[in-house]
Amino acid sequence: MGLRTPLYDLHLALGAKMVDFGGWDMPLHYGSQVEEHHQVRRDCGVFDVSHMTVIDVHGAQATVWLQRLLANDVARLTETGKALYSTMLDEQGKVIDDMIAYRCEDGYRLVVNASTRDKDLAWLNACKGDFDVKIHERPELAILAIQGPEARAKVAELLSAPRAALIRELKPFEGRAEGDWFIARTGYTGEDGLEIIFPAVQAPAFFNDLVGAGIAPSGLGARDTLRLEAGMNLYGQDIDEAHTPLTSNLGWSVAWEPAGRDFIGRSGLLAEIEHGVEQKLVGLVLEERGVLRAHQVVRVAGIGEGEITSGSFSPTLSKSIALARVPMATADRAEVEIRGKWYPVRVVKPTFVRHGKILI
Amino acid sequence: MSNIPADLRFAESHEWAKLEADGTVTVGISDHAQEALGDVVFVELAEVGKVFAAGEAAGVVESVKAASDIYAPVSGEVIAVNEALADSPESLNSDPYGSWIFKLKPSDKAELDKLLDAAGYQAAIGE
Repeated sequence: MGLRTPLYDLHLALGAKMVDFGGWDMPLHYGSQVEEHHQVRRDCGVFDVSHMTVIDVHGAQATVWLQRLLANDVARLTETGKALYSTMLDEQGKVIDDMIAYRCEDGYRLVVNASTRDKDLAWLNACKGDFDVKIHERPELAILAIQGPEARAKVAELLSAPRAALIRELKPFEGRAEGDWFIARTGYTGEDGLEIIFPAVQAPAFFNDLVGAGIAPSGLGARDTLRLEAGMNLYGQDIDEAHTPLTSNLGWSVAWEPAGRDFIGRSGLLAEIEHGVEQKLVGLVLEERGVLRAHQVVRVAGIGEGEITSGSFSPTLSKSIALARVPMATADRAEVEIRGKWYPVRVVKPTFVRHGKILI
Repeated sequence: MSNIPADLRFAESHEWAKLEADGTVTVGISDHAQEALGDVVFVELAEVGKVFAAGEAAGVVESVKAASDIYAPVSGEVIAVNEALADSPESLNSDPYGSWIFKLKPSDKAELDKLLDAAGYQAAIGE
Protein backbone atom coordinates (compact mmCIF):
# COMPACT_ATOMS: atom_id res chain seq x y z
CA MET A 1 0.00 0.00 0.00
CA GLY A 2 1.36 3.41 -0.97
CA LEU A 3 0.81 6.85 0.50
CA ARG A 4 -2.70 8.16 -0.02
CA THR A 5 -4.10 11.66 -0.41
CA PRO A 6 -7.34 12.64 1.38
CA LEU A 7 -9.17 11.96 -1.89
CA TYR A 8 -8.17 8.30 -2.27
CA ASP A 9 -11.64 6.92 -1.50
CA LEU A 10 -13.28 9.44 -3.82
CA HIS A 11 -10.97 8.47 -6.67
CA LEU A 12 -11.98 4.84 -6.24
CA ALA A 13 -15.66 5.77 -6.04
CA LEU A 14 -15.28 7.67 -9.32
CA GLY A 15 -13.85 4.60 -11.03
CA ALA A 16 -10.20 5.63 -11.09
CA LYS A 17 -7.53 3.20 -12.22
CA MET A 18 -4.91 3.72 -9.52
CA VAL A 19 -1.16 3.44 -10.04
CA ASP A 20 1.95 3.90 -7.95
CA PHE A 21 3.60 7.27 -8.44
CA GLY A 22 6.73 7.80 -6.38
CA GLY A 23 5.28 5.79 -3.50
CA TRP A 24 1.80 7.35 -3.73
CA ASP A 25 -1.39 5.57 -4.90
CA MET A 26 -2.67 8.03 -7.49
CA PRO A 27 -5.38 7.99 -10.18
CA LEU A 28 -3.96 7.31 -13.64
CA HIS A 29 -7.33 7.96 -15.27
CA TYR A 30 -11.05 7.57 -14.60
CA GLY A 31 -11.88 5.80 -17.87
CA SER A 32 -9.94 7.45 -20.69
CA GLN A 33 -6.86 9.63 -20.29
CA VAL A 34 -7.23 10.83 -23.89
CA GLU A 35 -10.77 12.04 -23.15
CA GLU A 36 -9.63 13.76 -19.94
CA HIS A 37 -6.86 15.49 -21.90
CA HIS A 38 -9.34 16.83 -24.49
CA GLN A 39 -11.66 18.06 -21.76
CA VAL A 40 -8.93 20.15 -20.15
CA ARG A 41 -8.00 21.80 -23.45
CA ARG A 42 -11.64 22.45 -24.40
CA ASP A 43 -13.36 23.05 -21.04
CA CYS A 44 -11.70 22.11 -17.73
CA GLY A 45 -10.69 19.24 -15.50
CA VAL A 46 -9.60 18.79 -11.88
CA PHE A 47 -6.40 17.05 -10.78
CA ASP A 48 -5.61 15.87 -7.25
CA VAL A 49 -1.98 16.88 -6.78
CA SER A 50 -1.99 16.68 -2.99
CA HIS A 51 1.01 14.37 -3.13
CA MET A 52 3.22 17.35 -3.97
CA THR A 53 5.23 19.00 -1.22
CA VAL A 54 4.39 22.45 0.19
CA ILE A 55 7.19 24.20 2.10
CA ASP A 56 6.72 27.61 3.71
CA VAL A 57 9.81 29.72 4.34
CA HIS A 58 9.70 32.50 6.97
CA GLY A 59 12.23 34.69 8.77
CA ALA A 60 14.09 37.93 8.38
CA GLN A 61 16.52 36.45 5.86
CA ALA A 62 14.05 34.42 3.81
CA THR A 63 14.70 36.51 0.70
CA VAL A 64 18.50 36.49 0.79
CA TRP A 65 18.50 32.79 1.65
CA LEU A 66 16.29 31.87 -1.30
CA GLN A 67 18.41 34.14 -3.49
CA ARG A 68 21.30 31.84 -2.60
CA LEU A 69 19.35 28.62 -3.00
CA LEU A 70 17.44 29.12 -6.23
CA ALA A 71 18.71 29.70 -9.78
CA ASN A 72 15.91 32.18 -10.44
CA ASP A 73 15.84 35.34 -8.31
CA VAL A 74 12.99 35.71 -5.80
CA ALA A 75 13.82 39.42 -5.56
CA ARG A 76 12.01 39.65 -8.91
CA LEU A 77 8.82 38.99 -6.95
CA THR A 78 8.36 42.66 -6.18
CA GLU A 79 5.14 42.25 -4.23
CA THR A 80 3.05 39.73 -2.34
CA GLY A 81 1.10 37.58 -4.75
CA LYS A 82 3.75 37.16 -7.44
CA ALA A 83 5.24 33.76 -8.28
CA LEU A 84 8.05 32.35 -10.37
CA TYR A 85 9.37 29.04 -11.68
CA SER A 86 12.86 28.02 -10.60
CA THR A 87 15.28 25.16 -10.45
CA MET A 88 17.32 24.42 -7.35
CA LEU A 89 20.90 23.45 -8.19
CA ASP A 90 23.87 21.79 -6.57
CA GLU A 91 27.35 23.30 -6.65
CA GLN A 92 28.01 21.83 -10.10
CA GLY A 93 24.86 23.46 -11.46
CA LYS A 94 23.02 20.14 -11.70
CA VAL A 95 19.28 20.16 -11.00
CA ILE A 96 18.15 18.93 -7.59
CA ASP A 97 14.50 19.85 -8.25
CA ASP A 98 12.23 22.36 -9.98
CA MET A 99 9.42 24.29 -8.32
CA ILE A 100 7.12 27.27 -8.17
CA ALA A 101 7.95 29.89 -5.51
CA TYR A 102 5.17 32.26 -4.39
CA ARG A 103 5.83 35.45 -2.42
CA CYS A 104 3.44 35.57 0.53
CA GLU A 105 2.60 38.12 3.23
CA ASP A 106 5.07 36.64 5.68
CA GLY A 107 7.64 34.86 3.53
CA TYR A 108 7.53 32.43 0.60
CA ARG A 109 5.68 29.27 -0.32
CA LEU A 110 7.55 26.66 -2.35
CA VAL A 111 5.71 23.84 -4.10
CA VAL A 112 8.15 21.07 -4.97
CA ASN A 113 7.80 17.58 -6.40
CA ALA A 114 6.43 14.61 -4.50
CA SER A 115 9.22 12.25 -5.48
CA THR A 116 11.95 14.62 -4.29
CA ARG A 117 10.44 15.55 -0.92
CA ASP A 118 13.02 13.89 1.32
CA LYS A 119 15.98 15.01 -0.79
CA ASP A 120 14.74 18.60 -0.97
CA LEU A 121 14.05 18.93 2.76
CA ALA A 122 17.48 17.48 3.57
CA TRP A 123 19.12 19.95 1.17
CA LEU A 124 17.18 22.94 2.49
CA ASN A 125 18.04 22.06 6.08
CA ALA A 126 21.69 21.48 5.20
CA CYS A 127 21.84 24.91 3.52
CA LYS A 128 20.25 26.85 6.40
CA GLY A 129 23.60 27.56 8.04
CA ASP A 130 23.35 30.77 10.07
CA PHE A 131 20.60 32.30 8.00
CA ASP A 132 17.65 33.67 10.00
CA VAL A 133 15.05 31.43 8.30
CA LYS A 134 12.49 28.85 9.35
CA ILE A 135 11.28 26.07 7.09
CA HIS A 136 7.80 24.62 7.61
CA GLU A 137 6.60 21.71 5.59
CA ARG A 138 2.78 21.81 5.29
CA PRO A 139 1.64 18.17 4.97
CA GLU A 140 -1.82 19.05 6.32
CA LEU A 141 -2.64 20.91 3.10
CA ALA A 142 -4.23 19.40 -0.03
CA ILE A 143 -3.70 20.72 -3.56
CA LEU A 144 -6.23 20.67 -6.38
CA ALA A 145 -5.40 21.92 -9.87
CA ILE A 146 -8.42 22.98 -11.92
CA GLN A 147 -7.18 23.62 -15.43
CA GLY A 148 -8.72 24.68 -18.75
CA PRO A 149 -10.27 27.76 -20.38
CA GLU A 150 -13.43 27.44 -18.26
CA ALA A 151 -11.66 26.61 -15.00
CA ARG A 152 -11.62 29.99 -13.30
CA ALA A 153 -15.22 30.81 -14.17
CA LYS A 154 -16.53 27.45 -13.01
CA VAL A 155 -14.59 27.44 -9.76
CA ALA A 156 -15.55 31.04 -8.92
CA GLU A 157 -19.23 30.06 -9.20
CA LEU A 158 -18.78 27.50 -6.43
CA LEU A 159 -16.97 29.67 -3.91
CA SER A 160 -17.70 32.54 -1.53
CA ALA A 161 -17.83 36.12 -2.78
CA PRO A 162 -14.35 37.06 -1.47
CA ARG A 163 -12.77 33.97 -3.05
CA ALA A 164 -14.61 34.49 -6.33
CA ALA A 165 -13.40 38.09 -6.36
CA LEU A 166 -9.81 36.96 -5.76
CA ILE A 167 -10.08 34.50 -8.65
CA ARG A 168 -11.29 37.25 -10.97
CA GLU A 169 -8.42 39.54 -9.97
CA LEU A 170 -5.56 37.07 -10.19
CA LYS A 171 -3.25 37.61 -13.11
CA PRO A 172 -1.26 34.69 -14.55
CA PHE A 173 1.50 33.53 -12.18
CA GLU A 174 -0.02 35.16 -9.15
CA GLY A 175 -1.24 33.52 -5.97
CA ARG A 176 -2.80 34.88 -2.81
CA ALA A 177 -4.34 33.69 0.43
CA GLU A 178 -7.98 34.17 1.27
CA GLY A 179 -8.67 32.88 4.76
CA ASP A 180 -7.05 29.45 5.07
CA TRP A 181 -7.12 28.87 1.30
CA PHE A 182 -4.29 29.81 -1.05
CA ILE A 183 -5.45 30.34 -4.64
CA ALA A 184 -2.97 30.68 -7.51
CA ARG A 185 -3.29 31.18 -11.23
CA THR A 186 -0.58 28.67 -12.09
CA GLY A 187 -0.57 25.21 -13.63
CA TYR A 188 1.17 22.43 -15.46
CA THR A 189 -1.00 22.08 -18.57
CA GLY A 190 -0.38 25.12 -20.79
CA GLU A 191 -3.99 26.22 -20.21
CA ASP A 192 -5.39 28.91 -17.91
CA GLY A 193 -6.49 27.65 -14.53
CA LEU A 194 -6.02 27.54 -10.80
CA GLU A 195 -4.05 25.67 -8.20
CA ILE A 196 -5.72 25.73 -4.80
CA ILE A 197 -3.76 24.84 -1.66
CA PHE A 198 -6.06 24.41 1.33
CA PRO A 199 -6.67 22.33 4.47
CA ALA A 200 -6.82 18.64 3.59
CA VAL A 201 -9.86 18.10 5.82
CA GLN A 202 -11.87 20.26 3.40
CA ALA A 203 -10.63 18.43 0.30
CA PRO A 204 -13.26 15.68 -0.07
CA ALA A 205 -16.15 18.14 0.17
CA PHE A 206 -14.64 20.61 -2.30
CA PHE A 207 -13.62 17.88 -4.75
CA ASN A 208 -17.20 16.56 -4.58
CA ASP A 209 -18.52 20.07 -5.30
CA LEU A 210 -16.25 20.39 -8.33
CA VAL A 211 -17.21 17.01 -9.76
CA GLY A 212 -20.86 17.67 -8.94
CA ALA A 213 -20.64 20.89 -10.96
CA GLY A 214 -19.57 18.84 -13.97
CA ILE A 215 -15.83 19.42 -13.75
CA ALA A 216 -14.15 16.25 -15.02
CA PRO A 217 -11.86 14.42 -12.59
CA SER A 218 -8.55 14.01 -14.45
CA GLY A 219 -5.65 11.71 -13.72
CA LEU A 220 -1.88 11.57 -14.03
CA GLY A 221 -2.07 10.13 -17.54
CA ALA A 222 -3.75 13.26 -18.90
CA ARG A 223 -1.52 15.42 -16.71
CA ASP A 224 1.51 13.94 -18.44
CA THR A 225 0.26 14.37 -22.01
CA LEU A 226 -0.91 17.93 -21.26
CA ARG A 227 2.40 19.06 -19.77
CA LEU A 228 4.33 17.35 -22.58
CA GLU A 229 2.32 19.20 -25.22
CA ALA A 230 2.99 22.43 -23.28
CA GLY A 231 6.73 21.70 -23.30
CA MET A 232 6.97 21.55 -19.50
CA ASN A 233 9.71 19.42 -17.99
CA LEU A 234 9.09 16.54 -15.62
CA TYR A 235 11.72 16.12 -12.91
CA GLY A 236 13.16 12.65 -13.02
CA GLN A 237 12.74 12.42 -16.78
CA ASP A 238 13.64 15.66 -18.58
CA ILE A 239 15.69 17.06 -15.70
CA ASP A 240 17.71 15.27 -13.05
CA GLU A 241 20.95 15.48 -11.14
CA ALA A 242 22.96 14.57 -14.22
CA HIS A 243 21.94 17.71 -16.12
CA THR A 244 21.90 21.49 -15.74
CA PRO A 245 19.18 23.95 -16.73
CA LEU A 246 21.31 24.89 -19.74
CA THR A 247 20.79 21.53 -21.45
CA SER A 248 17.14 21.31 -20.36
CA ASN A 249 15.47 24.24 -22.12
CA LEU A 250 15.55 26.10 -18.78
CA GLY A 251 18.23 28.73 -19.47
CA TRP A 252 15.45 31.34 -19.34
CA SER A 253 14.78 30.52 -15.68
CA VAL A 254 18.33 31.25 -14.55
CA ALA A 255 18.64 34.86 -13.34
CA TRP A 256 22.21 35.96 -14.09
CA GLU A 257 21.59 39.56 -13.01
CA PRO A 258 22.51 40.97 -10.56
CA ALA A 259 26.00 39.62 -11.29
CA GLY A 260 26.79 39.70 -7.59
CA ARG A 261 24.08 37.15 -6.69
CA ASP A 262 26.15 34.07 -6.02
CA PHE A 263 23.42 31.41 -6.10
CA ILE A 264 24.44 27.79 -5.52
CA GLY A 265 25.39 26.36 -8.92
CA ARG A 266 26.33 29.67 -10.56
CA SER A 267 29.97 28.74 -10.91
CA GLY A 268 29.06 25.28 -12.16
CA LEU A 269 26.93 26.81 -14.92
CA LEU A 270 29.66 29.28 -15.83
CA ALA A 271 32.10 26.38 -16.14
CA GLU A 272 29.70 24.60 -18.48
CA ILE A 273 29.33 27.71 -20.60
CA GLU A 274 33.08 28.21 -20.76
CA HIS A 275 33.55 24.59 -21.81
CA GLY A 276 30.81 25.00 -24.37
CA VAL A 277 27.26 23.76 -23.75
CA GLU A 278 27.09 20.58 -25.81
CA GLN A 279 23.45 19.57 -25.71
CA LYS A 280 19.99 21.09 -25.86
CA LEU A 281 16.48 19.89 -25.11
CA VAL A 282 14.27 19.96 -28.21
CA GLY A 283 10.82 18.82 -29.29
CA LEU A 284 10.29 15.92 -31.69
CA VAL A 285 7.23 15.15 -33.81
CA LEU A 286 6.66 11.75 -35.40
CA GLU A 287 4.65 12.37 -38.54
CA GLU A 288 3.68 8.72 -39.08
CA ARG A 289 1.92 6.23 -36.84
CA GLY A 290 3.76 5.12 -33.72
CA VAL A 291 4.62 6.37 -30.27
CA LEU A 292 7.89 7.97 -29.17
CA ARG A 293 8.96 6.89 -25.70
CA ALA A 294 11.58 7.85 -23.10
CA HIS A 295 15.07 6.45 -23.65
CA GLN A 296 14.67 5.82 -27.38
CA VAL A 297 17.84 6.76 -29.24
CA VAL A 298 17.87 9.85 -31.47
CA ARG A 299 20.31 9.93 -34.38
CA VAL A 300 21.28 13.18 -36.09
CA ALA A 301 23.05 12.56 -39.42
CA GLY A 302 26.60 13.86 -39.47
CA ILE A 303 26.35 15.20 -35.95
CA GLY A 304 25.81 12.53 -33.36
CA GLU A 305 23.24 10.94 -31.08
CA GLY A 306 20.86 11.91 -28.32
CA GLU A 307 18.04 10.40 -26.32
CA ILE A 308 14.33 10.96 -25.80
CA THR A 309 13.66 12.09 -22.22
CA SER A 310 9.82 12.07 -22.39
CA GLY A 311 7.57 10.78 -25.14
CA SER A 312 3.91 10.02 -25.62
CA PHE A 313 0.91 10.34 -27.87
CA SER A 314 -0.38 13.92 -28.21
CA PRO A 315 -4.19 13.86 -28.27
CA THR A 316 -4.34 17.47 -29.50
CA LEU A 317 -2.02 16.86 -32.47
CA SER A 318 -3.16 13.26 -32.95
CA LYS A 319 0.48 12.22 -33.35
CA SER A 320 3.35 11.28 -31.14
CA ILE A 321 5.62 13.96 -29.65
CA ALA A 322 8.64 13.90 -27.41
CA LEU A 323 11.24 15.98 -25.61
CA ALA A 324 14.79 14.88 -26.40
CA ARG A 325 18.28 15.88 -25.37
CA VAL A 326 20.39 16.12 -28.53
CA PRO A 327 23.69 17.60 -29.74
CA MET A 328 23.63 21.41 -29.84
CA ALA A 329 24.15 21.51 -33.64
CA THR A 330 20.99 19.50 -34.38
CA ALA A 331 18.85 21.25 -36.99
CA ASP A 332 15.29 20.36 -38.00
CA ARG A 333 15.45 16.63 -38.79
CA ALA A 334 16.52 13.49 -36.96
CA GLU A 335 15.71 9.79 -36.68
CA VAL A 336 14.47 7.79 -33.72
CA GLU A 337 14.93 4.07 -33.15
CA ILE A 338 11.61 2.42 -32.27
CA ARG A 339 11.66 -1.35 -31.70
CA GLY A 340 14.68 -1.87 -33.92
CA LYS A 341 13.67 0.35 -36.86
CA TRP A 342 14.60 3.99 -37.59
CA TYR A 343 11.84 6.56 -38.15
CA PRO A 344 12.27 10.16 -39.33
CA VAL A 345 11.15 12.90 -36.93
CA ARG A 346 10.81 16.65 -37.17
CA VAL A 347 12.82 18.64 -34.65
CA VAL A 348 10.90 21.62 -33.29
CA LYS A 349 10.94 24.12 -30.42
CA PRO A 350 9.92 22.20 -27.29
CA THR A 351 6.46 23.73 -26.96
CA PHE A 352 3.78 22.08 -29.05
CA VAL A 353 0.48 23.51 -27.72
CA ARG A 354 -0.44 26.54 -25.58
CA HIS A 355 -3.94 27.75 -24.71
CA GLY A 356 -5.42 25.16 -26.98
CA LYS A 357 -3.44 26.35 -30.02
CA ILE A 358 -1.02 24.14 -31.92
CA LEU A 359 2.27 26.04 -32.24
CA ILE A 360 4.43 23.73 -34.32
CA MET B 1 -14.20 -8.02 -13.12
CA SER B 2 -13.82 -7.92 -16.88
CA ASN B 3 -16.33 -9.01 -19.46
CA ILE B 4 -15.71 -12.55 -20.85
CA PRO B 5 -18.39 -13.73 -23.38
CA ALA B 6 -19.20 -17.41 -23.03
CA ASP B 7 -19.26 -18.18 -26.75
CA LEU B 8 -15.65 -17.16 -27.44
CA ARG B 9 -12.31 -18.98 -27.11
CA PHE B 10 -9.26 -17.20 -25.68
CA ALA B 11 -5.51 -17.39 -25.99
CA GLU B 12 -3.46 -16.86 -22.84
CA SER B 13 -2.03 -13.84 -24.64
CA HIS B 14 -5.50 -12.24 -24.37
CA GLU B 15 -6.76 -12.56 -27.94
CA TRP B 16 -10.32 -13.83 -28.43
CA ALA B 17 -11.20 -16.15 -31.34
CA LYS B 18 -14.65 -16.79 -32.79
CA LEU B 19 -15.36 -19.64 -35.21
CA GLU B 20 -17.83 -18.23 -37.75
CA ALA B 21 -20.51 -20.22 -39.60
CA ASP B 22 -18.42 -20.10 -42.79
CA GLY B 23 -15.44 -21.71 -41.07
CA THR B 24 -13.35 -18.58 -40.75
CA VAL B 25 -12.00 -17.34 -37.40
CA THR B 26 -12.46 -13.75 -36.26
CA VAL B 27 -9.84 -12.36 -33.84
CA GLY B 28 -9.78 -9.47 -31.37
CA ILE B 29 -8.47 -8.61 -27.90
CA SER B 30 -10.26 -9.18 -24.61
CA ASP B 31 -11.80 -6.64 -22.25
CA HIS B 32 -9.04 -7.47 -19.75
CA ALA B 33 -6.41 -6.66 -22.40
CA GLN B 34 -7.90 -3.31 -23.43
CA GLU B 35 -8.25 -2.27 -19.79
CA ALA B 36 -4.62 -3.11 -19.10
CA LEU B 37 -3.41 -1.30 -22.23
CA GLY B 38 -5.21 1.99 -21.62
CA ASP B 39 -6.23 4.25 -24.52
CA VAL B 40 -5.32 2.57 -27.83
CA VAL B 41 -3.94 5.10 -30.31
CA PHE B 42 -2.64 2.98 -33.24
CA VAL B 43 -3.20 -0.51 -34.54
CA GLU B 44 -0.67 -2.05 -36.93
CA LEU B 45 -2.52 -4.61 -39.06
CA ALA B 46 -1.10 -7.64 -40.81
CA GLU B 47 -1.26 -7.86 -44.59
CA VAL B 48 -4.09 -9.78 -46.16
CA GLY B 49 -2.71 -13.03 -47.56
CA LYS B 50 -0.02 -13.46 -44.94
CA VAL B 51 0.12 -16.86 -43.24
CA PHE B 52 0.79 -17.19 -39.50
CA ALA B 53 1.43 -20.11 -37.21
CA ALA B 54 -0.46 -20.21 -33.93
CA GLY B 55 1.32 -17.96 -31.43
CA GLU B 56 3.10 -15.91 -34.09
CA ALA B 57 2.97 -12.10 -33.83
CA ALA B 58 0.37 -10.88 -36.31
CA GLY B 59 0.03 -7.19 -35.54
CA VAL B 60 0.68 -4.54 -32.93
CA VAL B 61 -1.64 -2.56 -30.66
CA GLU B 62 -0.04 0.69 -29.52
CA SER B 63 -1.54 2.43 -26.52
CA VAL B 64 -0.49 5.55 -24.62
CA LYS B 65 1.16 3.15 -22.19
CA ALA B 66 2.99 0.62 -24.38
CA ALA B 67 3.16 -1.27 -27.66
CA SER B 68 1.79 -4.80 -27.48
CA ASP B 69 2.05 -7.59 -30.04
CA ILE B 70 -1.16 -9.35 -31.12
CA TYR B 71 -0.62 -13.09 -31.65
CA ALA B 72 -2.50 -15.36 -34.06
CA PRO B 73 -4.54 -17.62 -31.73
CA VAL B 74 -4.65 -20.38 -34.38
CA SER B 75 -2.66 -21.01 -37.57
CA GLY B 76 -4.06 -19.67 -40.80
CA GLU B 77 -4.09 -17.14 -43.63
CA VAL B 78 -5.24 -13.57 -43.07
CA ILE B 79 -8.31 -13.02 -45.27
CA ALA B 80 -9.44 -9.65 -43.91
CA VAL B 81 -8.26 -6.86 -41.60
CA ASN B 82 -10.41 -4.20 -39.93
CA GLU B 83 -9.43 -0.97 -41.72
CA ALA B 84 -11.84 1.02 -39.52
CA LEU B 85 -9.27 0.72 -36.72
CA ALA B 86 -7.08 3.23 -38.57
CA ASP B 87 -9.57 6.02 -37.85
CA SER B 88 -11.00 4.70 -34.60
CA PRO B 89 -8.38 2.71 -32.71
CA GLU B 90 -10.24 3.62 -29.49
CA SER B 91 -13.05 1.23 -30.46
CA LEU B 92 -10.84 -1.55 -29.10
CA ASN B 93 -11.29 0.10 -25.71
CA SER B 94 -14.98 0.93 -25.94
CA ASP B 95 -16.09 -2.31 -27.64
CA PRO B 96 -13.38 -5.00 -27.44
CA TYR B 97 -15.68 -7.87 -28.50
CA GLY B 98 -17.51 -5.92 -31.20
CA SER B 99 -14.26 -4.57 -32.73
CA TRP B 100 -12.52 -7.32 -34.64
CA ILE B 101 -8.89 -6.94 -35.69
CA PHE B 102 -8.39 -9.61 -38.38
CA LYS B 103 -10.03 -12.74 -39.83
CA LEU B 104 -8.20 -16.00 -40.55
CA LYS B 105 -8.87 -18.98 -42.78
CA PRO B 106 -7.69 -21.57 -40.25
CA SER B 107 -5.38 -24.31 -41.46
CA ASP B 108 -6.46 -26.68 -38.66
CA LYS B 109 -9.78 -26.11 -36.89
CA ALA B 110 -8.75 -28.52 -34.15
CA GLU B 111 -6.37 -25.83 -32.86
CA LEU B 112 -9.40 -23.93 -31.58
CA ASP B 113 -9.96 -26.67 -29.03
CA LYS B 114 -6.52 -25.94 -27.57
CA LEU B 115 -7.64 -22.41 -26.69
CA LEU B 116 -9.19 -21.56 -23.34
CA ASP B 117 -12.94 -21.38 -22.92
CA ALA B 118 -14.47 -18.46 -21.01
CA ALA B 119 -14.09 -20.13 -17.61
CA GLY B 120 -10.52 -21.13 -18.42
CA TYR B 121 -9.62 -17.58 -19.46
CA GLN B 122 -11.24 -16.15 -16.36
CA ALA B 123 -9.08 -18.44 -14.24
CA ALA B 124 -5.98 -17.61 -16.30
CA ILE B 125 -6.36 -13.88 -15.63
CA GLY B 126 -7.01 -14.54 -11.96
CA GLU B 127 -10.57 -13.29 -11.79
